[in-house]
Amino acid sequence: MKPTTWFELVIEASIHAAGYSAIVFVGLILIFLLREGLPALSEVELSALAGTRWYPIEHHFGLWPLIGGSLIVTLGAALIAVPFGLATAIYIAEIAPRWARELLKPLVEVLGGLPSVVLGFLGMLVLAPMVRETLHTPTGLTAFTGSVLLAGMAIPTLVSVAEDALDAVPKSYRDAALALGATRWQTIWRVTLPAARSGVLTAIMLGIGRAIGETMTVMMVTGNAARLPTSLNALFLPVRTMTATIAAEMGEVANGSVHYHVLFTIGIVLFLISLGVNIAASAVVFRQKKRAERLLS
Amino acid sequence: MLSRTLTERLAFILIGLAAFATVLPIVLIVGYIVAQGLPAINWEFLSAMPRDGMRAGGIWPAIVGTVYLTLGTGVIAVPLGIAAAIYLAEYAKDNTLTRAIRLALINLAGIPSVVYGLFGLGLFVLFLRFGTSLVAGCLTLSIMTLPVIISTAEEALRAVPQSFRLVSVSLGGTKWQTIWRVVLPEALPGILTGVILGLERAAGETAPILFTAAAFFLPRLPGSIFEATMALPYHLFVISTQVPEMPIQIQYGTALVLLAFVLTMNLVATFIRSRARARRQW
Amino acid sequence: MAGLYRKGKRMNNDFAIMRAVNRSHFPSPRANRQPIFFYWLAVLALVGCASPAASAARPEAQVTLQNKGSDTMVNLALAWAEAYEAQQPDVSLAVTGGGSGTGLAALINGTVDLANASRAIKPEERQAAEANSIHPQEFIVARDAIAVIVNPRNPVNQLTLPQLSAIYSGQITNWREVGGEDRPIVLLSRETNSGTHIYFLENVLRLGSKENKTLFSPDTLLLPSSEGISAEIRQNPNAIGYDGLGYVTSDMKTVAVAAQAGGAYILPTIATVNDKSYPIARDLYIYSQGEPVGAVKAYLEWILSPAAQQIVAQLGFVPVK
Repeated sequence: MKPTTWFELVIEASIHAAGYSAIVFVGLILIFLLREGLPALSEVELSALAGTRWYPIEHHFGLWPLIGGSLIVTLGAALIAVPFGLATAIYIAEIAPRWARELLKPLVEVLGGLPSVVLGFLGMLVLAPMVRETLHTPTGLTAFTGSVLLAGMAIPTLVSVAEDALDAVPKSYRDAALALGATRWQTIWRVTLPAARSGVLTAIMLGIGRAIGETMTVMMVTGNAARLPTSLNALFLPVRTMTATIAAEMGEVANGSVHYHVLFTIGIVLFLISLGVNIAASAVVFRQKKRAERLLS
Repeated sequence: MLSRTLTERLAFILIGLAAFATVLPIVLIVGYIVAQGLPAINWEFLSAMPRDGMRAGGIWPAIVGTVYLTLGTGVIAVPLGIAAAIYLAEYAKDNTLTRAIRLALINLAGIPSVVYGLFGLGLFVLFLRFGTSLVAGCLTLSIMTLPVIISTAEEALRAVPQSFRLVSVSLGGTKWQTIWRVVLPEALPGILTGVILGLERAAGETAPILFTAAAFFLPRLPGSIFEATMALPYHLFVISTQVPEMPIQIQYGTALVLLAFVLTMNLVATFIRSRARARRQW
Repeated sequence: MAGLYRKGKRMNNDFAIMRAVNRSHFPSPRANRQPIFFYWLAVLALVGCASPAASAARPEAQVTLQNKGSDTMVNLALAWAEAYEAQQPDVSLAVTGGGSGTGLAALINGTVDLANASRAIKPEERQAAEANSIHPQEFIVARDAIAVIVNPRNPVNQLTLPQLSAIYSGQITNWREVGGEDRPIVLLSRETNSGTHIYFLENVLRLGSKENKTLFSPDTLLLPSSEGISAEIRQNPNAIGYDGLGYVTSDMKTVAVAAQAGGAYILPTIATVNDKSYPIARDLYIYSQGEPVGAVKAYLEWILSPAAQQIVAQLGFVPVK
């Protein structure tokens, strides 16, 4: 299997290097985030970072309102995206006739391709007034508006991964259930879906990961008020997410100032959250696979 | 309790409704933007420089900027991504290192776009002193696009049946010759689909170029890769939130151009994929 | 798989023959490449043809000036740039917003020639600049009134500064308390990097007192920029906002402001700003890296000329003379 000419040697070495590059990039990102963000920990006491007021020009660096804002918007997005996304995935994978499937799949992909700034733009002009008028909130720029748009961005990821998972369930499972007299719905609900459980869970986690990381959409429609969300009611009030904070304030900061370092700290928090979600998602897949292998052997 | 048949009918109806409810907004969104934006589209809008504080004239520099950024990202990310995919599909053994690489890829895919922007700012704009420039933007976008390209390319490479490789080897080919002349050409449609979908995402993103490449207004097109550039997503953001008395038609027109750019890429990718599937011989 | 790859052998003749035979019977996968190739070729051709066309439209400029900073001033800066380039074709100006803080930060880093700011440079910013051997020179290029704006349907016509301070710090939360309808007050503001925001904080919320440490209410919506505020004011009767006079359009209602209860309620206009009767007005600045020379000097002199000041008035700001 050794390369036979110098040319091939060089090519294969480059390929190996390209393969390792993914680790290099993740490492680089972590290093640079830490390099610019860790100084904040020495400039600002941890208790200040754990405060409840974010007003950086007066040195209030409390991160909780921002974290809370991101969480409540993501929670709202999950509440919308999971039922609708799963229903769409089940429909496409199991129930839809072929003409409907050929129609729906490309449409969902189009939704996935919509740039976030276009959704934010429409949200600002069309959705926010609608929300204010129908739900009688003081303003239409709320976490809820953001959640609806984020759900729109999370659903394509959710649908494609979940649909793959449902497709991967062996046909024999379904045939066995039908042979025992189950209706198609009973098969889906009690056999196929549980069998695809790990894949569906992964789909949900990846979709949520996408929602947490969205920037432009939430910056344009959530109002950017750094309120600490204290009850579920906060869903219908303005919030400020971590991502919007970085995007809105990064331009201003003088290089090396405390504010600059704290913004990178927020970046570190975001990086860690997405790391956690992704590790959890892949752990679910690996664990379930091992268990299935044990069962079948 | 309801009978089984009735439950099934009810469930199917509800799920069908939910699925169409999910999909209907897509049609509405695209339709609305087309309806509102189409009146603004004419040759001058697409090819002229902006005038009158960007309230009149065209969006040509933004279009060119987006094309430059997309092409630049492709030039960097495509060779790197395909090479990495070849490594994962053909050379990687099943050990901890490979597991680590895959974990790294999953993480790269999940990192928020604004964190990429921060990284690009820290590394390319400041540390390497490229400044706000095309090259900093392209480098940032290509690292962001890498996971998509690598995962779809790897999938396409793995889909090529093992028999192809065995035949090539049995006829005397080396490993690299097999990959280059047999496996890669067969996997090319799948790889291209992944590349185009990845570049589509790069074209539509705002946050990574916010601090690394985007300019509010430039009097002329960027002359070198070390200059900043206007770009469609950032331009839409700016004209919808920063400029007073911006005619609403221009805003919708810009949104339409961006949407058309992105959806065309989507269409091309889907087209390649369905044609490849139709002619597949295995 | 080890041992399957023989060392040193090139592609066998047999394989080449087989491939040729295959290709004659089945379409080659390489055929797929062509459409994509032409797609990219077309794109490159389009871009390549257009670049000379576009730069022919603008003759190659000798000098480019970098101008960055205040979002309040960005449209004014753009109008100035366009007018100046029309009369001086060999100078071109790249204009960016980002907020007064952004522009001054760039000036400190030495990456812009001219920084626009809707507030004065802070002492710590001046120190940082001096540390980089940059000595910022201040020029007052226009004046601006901060207009307090509400939805046209809102019956409230006048407010005092103490009332505004109470409203924006969250002590007054319903329009009823200031003579309006029974509606919650929705607070709109510019982002914290905006000079307008800082000016409002110091002069309205804190009523000009340095000891006052009042902050904006945490419920204040910090919108990406002026147009965001305008969009919300236009369609939300609960909203109150503030912004430079240049951003007020006819579909918004301006509130008359009195310095304290019992004082005269003044609407912001060019006249009331220049005679200092409107209580919340401020100077707009441009900072240069040092004593301006060459193209920078010429541009600054032009800005203070009547032609440029007329543009100031056209855009709703207040000329300096």
